[in-house]
Amino acid sequence: MVALTALPLHVPAIEATVAAPQNGAVLTFVGVARCTPAFGERPVVGLDYEAYAPMALAELLRIHTELCTRWPGLRLAMVHRIGALTLGEPVVVVCVGTPHRALAYDASRAAIEELKARVPIWKKEIYADGSAWTSNRP
Amino acid sequence: MRVLVRYFAVLRERRGKSEGWEELPEGSTVKDAYALLCPPAQLPVGYAINQDYVAGATELKEGDELVFLPPLGGG
Repeated sequence: MVALTALPLHVPAIEATVAAPQNGAVLTFVGVARCTPAFGERPVVGLDYEAYAPMALAELLRIHTELCTRWPGLRLAMVHRIGALTLGEPVVVVCVGTPHRALAYDASRAAIEELKARVPIWKKEIYADGSAWTSNRP
Repeated sequence: MRVLVRYFAVLRERRGKSEGWEELPEGSTVKDAYALLCPPAQLPVGYAINQDYVAGATELKEGDELVFLPPLGGG
């Protein structure tokens, strides 16, 4: 399951999509809006995410297909928030369901790294006195 | 030829619009289009045509949807 949404992310609902009788492990990664800036010293007071939505969804689906092909039996959910966020809110949730824990850690890491590298989403940090677009690869 | 260009994030703010049909010389590559439409084009970008990543040397066709992808910030 993959999705983009402007609504707050509900982690248990996303986790529920990867549960399966044969899966002994469910692992969830939550990326959270934080106050420390990517660069510089100005405290972040909010974030604004923008996506090229049709391509972002297409790219999420490609990643989903690639990882589920690489690891048959993997159940994977990736959901990214867009729009304005306050600090402490979930930005991205990656849930994996797997038969055993080792695969869960590998698949979770692969999913978030591929998402960050490939899915066309941009982040603007909001400060008390301005704002700036920041990136994953400075 | 005309292509539909969508602008995001910093490029949207610089261009003052989120999309527009742009007239480009026949045979233009996506890299040519970036230099022409987003001067001085110093920001390193990726390119997508019709929602797929492409290389800078890819030639555009009439009616393509072209997007310049500034450094990503998702996750």
